[in-house]
Amino acid sequence: MTAPLHETSAGDATATVDGAPDAPGTPDNSGASGRAIEGRSPWKIAWTRLKRDKLALAGAFVVIFLILVAIFAPVIVGLLGHPPDEFHEDQIDPLFGTPIGSWGGVNGDFLFGVEPVNGRDVFSRIVYGARISLLVAFLAAVFAVFLGTVLGVVAGYFGGWIDAALSRIMDVMLAFPQLLFTIALVSVLPNELLGLDGSGVRIAALVVVIGFFGWPYVGRIVRGQTLSLRNREYVEAAQSLGAGRLYILRRELLPNLIAPIMVYATLMIPTNILTEAALSFLGAGVKPPTASWGQMLSTAITTYEADPLFMVIPGLAIFITVLAFNLFGDGVRDALDPKGSR
Amino acid sequence: MEPLLKVTGLQKHFPIRKGLLQRQTGAVKAVDGLDFEVYPGETLGVVGESGCGKSTMGRLITRLLEPTGGKIEFQGTDVSHLGVSAMRPLRRDVQMIFQDPYGSLNPRHTVGTIVSAPFRLQGVEPEGGVKKEVQRLLGLVGLNPEHYNRYPHEFSGGQRQRIGIARALALKPKLVVADEPVSALDVSIQAQVVNLLDDLQEELGLTYVFIAHDLSVVRHVSDRIAVMYLGKIVELADRKSLYESPMHPYTRALMSAVPVPDPRRRGVKSERILLKGDVPSPIAPPAGCRFHTRCWKATDLCKTQEPPLLELRPGQRVACHHPENAEGVTVPGARESVEVTITKAPEETKAAAPAEAAEPAKTAEPAKTAEPEAGAAAEENASGE
Repeated sequence: MTAPLHETSAGDATATVDGAPDAPGTPDNSGASGRAIEGRSPWKIAWTRLKRDKLALAGAFVVIFLILVAIFAPVIVGLLGHPPDEFHEDQIDPLFGTPIGSWGGVNGDFLFGVEPVNGRDVFSRIVYGARISLLVAFLAAVFAVFLGTVLGVVAGYFGGWIDAALSRIMDVMLAFPQLLFTIALVSVLPNELLGLDGSGVRIAALVVVIGFFGWPYVGRIVRGQTLSLRNREYVEAAQSLGAGRLYILRRELLPNLIAPIMVYATLMIPTNILTEAALSFLGAGVKPPTASWGQMLSTAITTYEADPLFMVIPGLAIFITVLAFNLFGDGVRDALDPKGSR
Repeated sequence: MEPLLKVTGLQKHFPIRKGLLQRQTGAVKAVDGLDFEVYPGETLGVVGESGCGKSTMGRLITRLLEPTGGKIEFQGTDVSHLGVSAMRPLRRDVQMIFQDPYGSLNPRHTVGTIVSAPFRLQGVEPEGGVKKEVQRLLGLVGLNPEHYNRYPHEFSGGQRQRIGIARALALKPKLVVADEPVSALDVSIQAQVVNLLDDLQEELGLTYVFIAHDLSVVRHVSDRIAVMYLGKIVELADRKSLYESPMHPYTRALMSAVPVPDPRRRGVKSERILLKGDVPSPIAPPAGCRFHTRCWKATDLCKTQEPPLLELRPGQRVACHHPENAEGVTVPGARESVEVTITKAPEETKAAAPAEAAEPAKTAEPAKTAEPEAGAAAEENASGE
């Protein structure tokens, strides 16, 4: 909503600065100010537009907050919680196995209460869970964007049988039952692989699987964009100056592909978070001692009647994270909208 | 004079592929046999309806496309099938101005980057540095040299077109192919850009191939004009002859469609020729003369025999069996030269004769002035061609 408003104001600014639009004798507007005329790049315009989008900014703040939480998890837990794998049986009612006290044992010492049965600190596990969620989601998005961009550009730019083959592969990938495949794959994964320990192997597997099933979405978008961009007259202009294919790809096409790729990447991260949570929920995620939001949800199922808060907290964590990323991603999309950047 | 550019039998057929195996099932004959020359310092205008192959022709002579057949010679060098790297040094001499001022400039590059791209790609270091030269070029096309760091979206359509012109002129080309350079602009801006192109031609000694569908623009800039129809040149003549005594019926129809910007002449009966039907598909162009499906003078001869492009008057080449404005000696001369080439089908020529007899009555009177020259033309036709 803020974007169109801004657009008109940007238009006005351009009109006034450009002053005499086509008068052959030009310099009448530069002399007055005396300073060099600095162009506003499409990126700068997108940035000013993003800065005016309140919702996107709120999303961005939450995203940055979450990233900081993930990075400084040990510090935060050291200050405000207990080690995530420490059992606190004194907080558990020995008869029912539920936390002592109301609201799942929330008190000044245990900010989000404790886990039923073993009494682990929920706050610490949420904080450490953010690490897994964000790490897997980011790395998978990077993997998917890289594969999708390379293969999409190749398909779109070279066309012909290369395009036909890659497009069919994308179709197959999109039709593939990702969840079933991942569950099956994880169950046959060895405990140690390439020098990674158990949970490291799982994380790597999650990244590769989520990223690998995510690239066709990026690939399709990039392919379509490349197809439409490669017939633009500025590509022909570069050709008529003697530019080779690599130059055109690098200098003319890629700069115009970055915006849609960025938009898709930011919108892909929340999907990846959800996928990771779903896989962990189903037991195909990280291995149990390591905390993860999806896994906490699945543990909470058995005790949700006695201790509903233990289910609500990881659920809220997922919800807030996904919402924040989506709001931010939408804002980025609106800011970079090619129609607006004209 | 040696032509700067010589095109013979130029063809471009775009294959139509279908099915899983991408078998070729047909071809769009966008350009189907063009012959013309461009001489140094002149402006050759190319006009025709949308889809007649004008732009394809422009992209062929700048070798953005590879011709399917025929030959393109630039300064005597055959460039028809040169690869990207072999073509690179020659690209300095042939440049292009594009139609769409919004599509021809990369929105992610500054004006400085866009106009300096020719130097970077050709590895040329201009005197005084790239930046200085780019600013000189911006000044040359009437832009503020201080706008070096600006982005295309900060300019109006006319200004963008000037940026495109600056880029095309950066390497001091000999031949500039302008593909509808003003048709996307407002009329007032059109005049400015056309005049700029004119001035630059004088200043830098440029040669233009000016593609357009606006007849008044073409008339303003061109020395000679080629009229295209369905991938062929139907008439190629100097400006005066073409506008005053067009010989091909299609040219005449085009000329009659030019609006007269004079309110006092509004009531005057103008002979507007309305062509019936649509342009046939270039996938399956009509046999014989391609214009026969819409021509009011078409005879059986036109349906079977393709008329060659012949010089019926000095400097006026026409591809028609029944040319207009060709009363007197010219017609028999032309007829003979046509008949020589078609001895195969004599009965058709006879069938065509009566239709031709009725013709002078139908022919409109414009430009009787052409007649005196026509007599001289007849002799040339007998010997020449």
